[in-house]
Amino acid sequence: MSFLEYRIKTAPTGLRKVFYINWPLVLLLSAVASVGFLMLYSVAGGNMETWAEPQMKRFGVGMVLMFIVAFTPIWFWRNMSVLAYLVSVALLLVVEFFGRVGMGAQRWIELGPIVLQPSEMMKFTLVMMLAAYYDWLDPKKVSRPLWVLVPVILIVLPTVLVLMQPNLGTSVMLLAAGAAVMFCAGVSWWYFGGVAALVGGAIYGVFAFRGTPWQFLHDYQYRRIDTFLDPTADPLGAGYNIIQAQIALGSGGWAGKGFMQGTQSRLNFLPEKHTDFIFTTLAEEFGYIGAFSLLLLYAGIIGFCVISALQNRDRYSQLLILGVAANLFFYIAVNLSMVMGMAPVVGVPLPLLSYGGSAMLVLLVGFGLVQSAHVHRPR
Amino acid sequence: MRRTPKDTEDSARKVRRRAVLMGGAMGAFVAVLGARMRYLSVEQADEFRLLAEENRVNIRLIPPARGLILDRNGKLIAGNEQNYRVVITREDAGDVPQVLNRLASIVPLTPEDIEKTLKEVERRSPFVPITVADRLSWTDFSKIALNAPSLPGVTPEVGLSRSYPLDTDFAHVVGYVGPVSEKDLAEIESPDPLLQIPKFQIGKIGVERWIEDNLRGRAGQKRIEVNHVGRVMRELERIEGSPGDDIRLTIDAEAQNFAQVRMGEESAAMVAMDVETGDILACASAPSFDPNLFVRGISQKDYSTLMENDHRPLSNKAVAGAYPPGSTFKMVTALAALESGLINAQTGVYCPGHYEVGTRRFHCWKRGGHGTVSLHSALAESCDVYFYDIAQKIGIDRIAEVGRKLGLGQRMDLPMSAITEGVMPDKAWLAQRYGQDWRIGDTINASIGQGYVLASPLQLAVMTARIASGRAIAPRLVKAIGSEELPVPDAPQLEITPEYLAAVRQGMFEVMNSPRGTAKASKVADETMLMAGKTGTAQVRIISAAERASGVIDNKNLAWRLRDHALFVCYAPYDRPKVAVSVVVEHGGGGSAVAAPLARDLLLFCLTGGIPPLSAYPASQRGTIETRFKEMKLRDISGAGTAKSRA
Repeated sequence: MSFLEYRIKTAPTGLRKVFYINWPLVLLLSAVASVGFLMLYSVAGGNMETWAEPQMKRFGVGMVLMFIVAFTPIWFWRNMSVLAYLVSVALLLVVEFFGRVGMGAQRWIELGPIVLQPSEMMKFTLVMMLAAYYDWLDPKKVSRPLWVLVPVILIVLPTVLVLMQPNLGTSVMLLAAGAAVMFCAGVSWWYFGGVAALVGGAIYGVFAFRGTPWQFLHDYQYRRIDTFLDPTADPLGAGYNIIQAQIALGSGGWAGKGFMQGTQSRLNFLPEKHTDFIFTTLAEEFGYIGAFSLLLLYAGIIGFCVISALQNRDRYSQLLILGVAANLFFYIAVNLSMVMGMAPVVGVPLPLLSYGGSAMLVLLVGFGLVQSAHVHRPR
Repeated sequence: MRRTPKDTEDSARKVRRRAVLMGGAMGAFVAVLGARMRYLSVEQADEFRLLAEENRVNIRLIPPARGLILDRNGKLIAGNEQNYRVVITREDAGDVPQVLNRLASIVPLTPEDIEKTLKEVERRSPFVPITVADRLSWTDFSKIALNAPSLPGVTPEVGLSRSYPLDTDFAHVVGYVGPVSEKDLAEIESPDPLLQIPKFQIGKIGVERWIEDNLRGRAGQKRIEVNHVGRVMRELERIEGSPGDDIRLTIDAEAQNFAQVRMGEESAAMVAMDVETGDILACASAPSFDPNLFVRGISQKDYSTLMENDHRPLSNKAVAGAYPPGSTFKMVTALAALESGLINAQTGVYCPGHYEVGTRRFHCWKRGGHGTVSLHSALAESCDVYFYDIAQKIGIDRIAEVGRKLGLGQRMDLPMSAITEGVMPDKAWLAQRYGQDWRIGDTINASIGQGYVLASPLQLAVMTARIASGRAIAPRLVKAIGSEELPVPDAPQLEITPEYLAAVRQGMFEVMNSPRGTAKASKVADETMLMAGKTGTAQVRIISAAERASGVIDNKNLAWRLRDHALFVCYAPYDRPKVAVSVVVEHGGGGSAVAAPLARDLLLFCLTGGIPPLSAYPASQRGTIETRFKEMKLRDISGAGTAKSRA
């Protein structure tokens, strides 16, 4: 029994919940998504049907889902956490053995008309699971080794499954989001220091074993690292994407070249311009002002989440909100670092902007959980 | 598990603390991202903008129209012809093989052409136009245009390509153009970007090559926008280039054609020069070839035919052929002897038909000998012994000195390929070249233009012009570049006593006009155009003593390549020289019989500016001459002008 259950009486009921929804957050999400529609329209060369329209439809569906999740009491979701986690892991296993191969990796399973990407679901079911775990655990025990090992296993299991697809980007995201929840739950700094040291060692190992039969990563992943370290070394091959992305980003200047006037995207120099590199088109066409505004919108979303978490006294809700916010943050940070040449090209989409169904739906469901926690917070 | 409110409150506070920490870290990172973005899109914006422009903008060169080459009267020698071709673009054609088959039913296309095109189409991007057929006739070209609706992706195009309307006449002088080769690029120090254009044509030999820089012109530029695979989206800007300069040669196309046709089947060369200016009026070499074949890409068969011909059609004999000048060299020996002061024009030498030096015996061409001869009669009758004798007195070095003053043994600076230096030997030359000492026999041989002495028809023409004018005339091939007339260079007086030159000229006059002259059969009847000249018959084989004893084999009975070269040099009018001509007929036989008539016809043609009037010839020859002129297939270029200039 947690703190929440003492105060259930105070939670709003029925349609009155509408007034307790965190509306600024909804507005910010819609604003960012709208920027996405605009950019998808632009990169399609002024064509709605190609990307913008399907994306809008998905956003519509996602919003409906978000409200459904938001109106469902948070304690229901807490009770569903373990089940959701187990289902996600099971689906990952299904993908591993029966999944569809696309772009050199197994990522999808087809259930009739629905194409599921379990790795996307995993992002939030993992956060739910960890939040539920720390909600259950006596706060005094969080830093004891045994009780640290349990969440570590919970995180590593799906991470490994996703990595085997192989999908480096998402597995890194899972690790980061899981670590963020553990950090917020109050796990001792020492563990994080220790892990940082281990990761450093592991990176060293990855490079030390390169070229041997025991190398850890696929060749294309090694090449991505090389390209990151020196994109100009292979300007027509592996370095092409990142160089073209930076040219697009940089050539925008203060105010950009104007809507639909980005030469890099219009003339197809930009790779993956509707997915991972969509931010570069924004920067090219709307310049620093446009790109920085988007950054502010994202910061706003994260800010409202953090504030919501601070207002909440329920441990599960707090950790859930922070976990979702951290997840969003990591996606933004990795994607933007990537297109700005500060991180390797790992194939991470920009939340709400990049074209893609699963990610959009899952993200909005995740924010549904945030809203649910916000609406049903103890007062 | 049950927790006290205090516990939960504590843990919530801890979460809040960590949440603030994490929020702060996130905010800090967002700030980093903002800063990085500012760096890229504000501070480095100019650099990236430039890179984006480089991505999107391609510069394509627009080849300039090549300068024309004209004769001295502005008649077209080398021009630019419209070249009709047809290209196909895969993405517009759809089913390429089907479209090509349809095209083959309209214009002649071989299955090989189609296969080659298909391969090329496969290899290139779908939007790149591939040339299917080149040099179509106007009829075929218009047929394609008419059938355009049933030929998707097929476009008829018009380009410019070099053409030589006077084909064989100027093959050697003007040369031809061809696509730039790796070798060409290696030879050029700072290559014009134009040369990188596939199939761009530059001058390969002759005037086309040596005045390439003026003829080529300056490339225009167009800036085009391309996408990531290089497809042209639109043209942004166009800067027109400037066409190459037109080159006007000193050659008279009609005289050139006359010379070329007059030589007929012989392997021969003729050069006609203006004695006053040095302008080369004709520079012909036979047999010739069609330079248009080379522009179009000569077939292996045609090429080997040219290469295997023992008359060497590809060689420009007028400037590249080095021949023993034979008796045409005797003027040099005579001038050297006069200059030395050891003889004068009246000094007599007895010719018994041979001349002995030590144990060796040198023969005069006339077995019985000429009796006593002096300068004029020795030249007129071409007595060898006279020259043996005077040469032996003065030595080779004095002869060589005069020879060089007259232009022998040095390269003439003209924009033509393979111009030979010839050889004007002296003691130092032999020592350096072969490490041998000069012997008296060598002087004897050299005195009559045999042995080591070699000269090109061009050099012989220059020599004759210098003797005729007394000035160091330099040959000139280019009259004007663009609109700029090139000045005639000043020709200084020769450092040879004018009196001696006059004496030699008198001897040359007697060659033609004295009853004992070797070339009296080729004299001019018209008093205003009387010729002076000198015959030459150069041996190309050694006549052994045994052969001499049993009678020298007549040329007619020898294999072609063993026969004597026939040479002739002349100028007219003898009293105020205007035109000098030299002729070499390889293995033609005697200079007077074979070379002199050729020289006379060209000389008169140049003097009269057209087919010479029969009145210029001795009455007895007029019938033969008339028939000969009628049989000559001269090109009708009197009306051809520059009308067919650039398209």
